[in-house]
Amino acid sequence: MPESEALHASHHLEYPYSRSVGPVIGAFLTGLRDGKLFGVRGSGGSVIVPPTEYDPTTGEDTGELIEVGPAGVVESWAWVAEPLRKHPLQTPFAWALIRLDGADTAMLHAVDSGGPDALATGDRVTVRFRPAAERIGAMADIEAFVPEGGAA
Amino acid sequence: MADDTAADERGPVTTLATPIRLDFDFTPGVAQSRFLRGLEQGKFMGQRCGVCGKVYVPSRGSCPTDGVPTIEDVELANVGTITTYCVVNVPFAGQSIEIPYICAQVLLDGANLSFMGLIQEVPTDQIRMGMRVEAVWVEPDQLTPSLASVKYFRPNGEPDADYETFKEYL
Repeated sequence: MPESEALHASHHLEYPYSRSVGPVIGAFLTGLRDGKLFGVRGSGGSVIVPPTEYDPTTGEDTGELIEVGPAGVVESWAWVAEPLRKHPLQTPFAWALIRLDGADTAMLHAVDSGGPDALATGDRVTVRFRPAAERIGAMADIEAFVPEGGAA
Repeated sequence: MADDTAADERGPVTTLATPIRLDFDFTPGVAQSRFLRGLEQGKFMGQRCGVCGKVYVPSRGSCPTDGVPTIEDVELANVGTITTYCVVNVPFAGQSIEIPYICAQVLLDGANLSFMGLIQEVPTDQIRMGMRVEAVWVEPDQLTPSLASVKYFRPNGEPDADYETFKEYL
């Protein structure tokens, strides 16, 4: 290597943050680990998913946890033709806003429909959890949503 | 769908791991690459400014005072002077050296810029400004273009340097 040539090296910088999730999101994540989906009752009566500690409209404390899903409706979506390493799926998928049955808000997650032609706004999708032994209490416990009754 | 088999033993989820990771390709540039290649050969390479004559190690490739490229390569001595130091007594995440240990600024003979080094083979209560030290290198077959090639500095037994000789480098 000529002396004038600059060196280079690959570097990895990682901050191993661990967040305290609090009682409400903690209950939601515990639900995911158990293979269940939970929302929370807002002060105005609506069901917020994922649950928050405060009603985003009124700022008041939210109420009891309510099980929702496991299926819902795609409200909006965007196709990811070339997934990145950190994406939830390594095959083409859709990011979608999904309003789960019993919920009044939509939640962002991946839809594994097989292709963009097999997905439309208004479609019904259902959750596909990871196997129980792999679930840790995180959004990734949901592998993806899939078309309800579909083959994907 | 749901099974409650293993969930109860683990208790409710209270924390979430959210690591942030950056992967990047780092280049130190031409000037620092010379310094690093020098380390691979077991020597300290610096560069001299053609205007003020100061020798920088490691060199950034230009003189911060005169704003001109530093083009003259200078090989520096293996010995130097501790200008200032810190005894580390506090444990922290990722610590690789057993505490207490000494971290010092070392001004190599012939250089006009000190750099940080680990000091060993001296009790922490005997470290002092002006102490003369020498670099201890890894075995020749383990030299790499990295400061890891310098295991540490240790006292070389010379009398302390006079404060006047390094007071500009604190």
